[in-house]
Amino acid sequence: MLWQLPFVVSVALVAIGLYICIVKTNMVKIVMGVALMESGANLFLVALGYRENGTAPIFYQNPNPGAEMVMPTTQALTLTSIVIGVATTALLLAFTVMLYKRYGTVDTRRARRLRE
Amino acid sequence: MMVPEFFQDHAPILVVILPLLGAFLTPLIGKASSRAPRYVAALFLLGSLAMVAVLADKVWSQSPIPVVYTLGAHSGSGINPVFRIQLVVDGLGVLMAIIMGIVSTAAVLYSWSFIDKYSGQDKYYTLLQLTAVGAYGMVLTGDIFNLFVFFEISSIALCGLVAFRTERGESFEAAFKYMLYSTISGVFLLFAIGIFYGEYGVLNMGVISEAMSSAGGASVLDKIALGLLVTVFSLKAGSVPMHMATPDAYSEAPGGISAIFVAASQTGLYALFRTSFTIYGHYNPNTGAFNLDTYTLGWIVVILGVLSMFIGVTMALVQKDIKRLMAYHAISQTGYMLLGVGVGIAVLSDPAKMTAFGVDAMRGGIFHIINHALYKGLLFLTAGAVFYRLQTRNLNEMHGLGHTMRFTTVFFMIGALAIAGMPPMNGFSSKLLIYESVYQFNPIIAVIAMLVSVLTLASFVKVFYSAFLGPKPENPPEDAPTSMLIGMTILVAVIIVFSLFPGLVVERLIDPAVRALLFPWLAGGV
Repeated sequence: MLWQLPFVVSVALVAIGLYICIVKTNMVKIVMGVALMESGANLFLVALGYRENGTAPIFYQNPNPGAEMVMPTTQALTLTSIVIGVATTALLLAFTVMLYKRYGTVDTRRARRLRE
Repeated sequence: MMVPEFFQDHAPILVVILPLLGAFLTPLIGKASSRAPRYVAALFLLGSLAMVAVLADKVWSQSPIPVVYTLGAHSGSGINPVFRIQLVVDGLGVLMAIIMGIVSTAAVLYSWSFIDKYSGQDKYYTLLQLTAVGAYGMVLTGDIFNLFVFFEISSIALCGLVAFRTERGESFEAAFKYMLYSTISGVFLLFAIGIFYGEYGVLNMGVISEAMSSAGGASVLDKIALGLLVTVFSLKAGSVPMHMATPDAYSEAPGGISAIFVAASQTGLYALFRTSFTIYGHYNPNTGAFNLDTYTLGWIVVILGVLSMFIGVTMALVQKDIKRLMAYHAISQTGYMLLGVGVGIAVLSDPAKMTAFGVDAMRGGIFHIINHALYKGLLFLTAGAVFYRLQTRNLNEMHGLGHTMRFTTVFFMIGALAIAGMPPMNGFSSKLLIYESVYQFNPIIAVIAMLVSVLTLASFVKVFYSAFLGPKPENPPEDAPTSMLIGMTILVAVIIVFSLFPGLVVERLIDPAVRALLFPWLAGGV
């Protein structure tokens, strides 16, 4: 059961993040929710590659050849996804700052001139 | 025509790399001269279009077997799809690349005049080329994680462009909204990719489908992944009920970008069809079984299509903002493509129905993708030209533009007739294919599709009447500048060719795409 815990946590993180995005009206909080969701997805990927008692996947430093290693591919995917996550979060925050300058609010209930 | 062997061999990656190189050169050259970025962008996008042509020639000559390009290995044992990143280009991928090539070339020429007054042009052209990179990459790659990366590249670049007019708060509102939706969908896509990797340990879509097949079909986890993928890709395509950000983003983006936006959104449709057919619709000739009985999936796509068609057009009827109106029509037209190909997905496992009407429905749906990118791109460009002269998008504040903006008026008419499916325009050919085949699938849906077409015509008659007809305005605006007219002329020329020779286009362009989706299952029957 303990083996499944990272997956449960990652799904919970995504669910909490999605809940924040849907319910909260403060744009900064929404960006935080998005960041939580991204962390959940990253944790999911890393947890997929984990092997019990596995070592880092570096061959020449492996003390006992033949021992199990964690999977490197998912870690590479996670690195890429973290970089993308930073870009999207930065862009979302930049939009929030500029929106605050133009509208004077970060409340999504009041920042909706497009609907009018 | 003689093409050097280097370009022949490396065409798939050059299509993606040329605009990427251009995107990073643009800001550097922009330091030297403020007018240089526009030429760099046009040059690299044209180069990319030329590479698409070379690639298309190669793909069609060996259709339906896809062209496989392995990154980092030339030939021999180095090409192992489990360890390598591969570009896999088939008829559908190359069709989407052609769409992006034509529309991005038209849009970049159009932008020369359109953003002439703005500062930050180097950034504009950088992001424009990055959007093209994202779209090209998504449709050419065979690796599902690469697809995610290119998906994010095109989303991020498009959001930057939606927020380009920094003097308006509304553009940030639209950009935030679109970015939020695309980021959340990106997380879901990553989750689905994680599920595939956890189960099969590979990221190549072809290898995933074979692994799924030898594991005895789609498991429960695969079905969860499918649910995530359908949500993500229909959101990217802008289909109802995930359409909330689309009208805002389309209408706030600068003129040329709205046109590229249409082509970039359609990569979502591509990815949806790719996963439905290549991964889940994979046919195992040894056991005679499919990975998934696609009947339910097909109906889900059809229902998404019908909802998009109907809700899109009814929302469009009440709009006063010319670009917002066109954006709702874009949602409505996306419904036709989902409907056509959705019918194909639903009858995939039934060869009799497939040959009777399924293939025609898919032909119609895929033909509609390229038609829509052309005429909706053109309509967005004409709306941008009107905005450029009047500085308003409100239909109530414009009248009599036809007196002086003659070319723009004619181009708008061509686009409007095409979108309404009036014969002999290209929209008519694809819609007719869809009506005929969908009628045999379910008559009620075909009737809804025709009704939507009538409403589309009504809505565009309204726009034409209120914006272009009527008394001459007091200060009649001049016609659009030359570069904008050239951009629109490119699209008009392609639309006219497609309208005159629909049979030839279906045979040369569309059939390889349909064959690629059905390969190796009914590929001979097309």
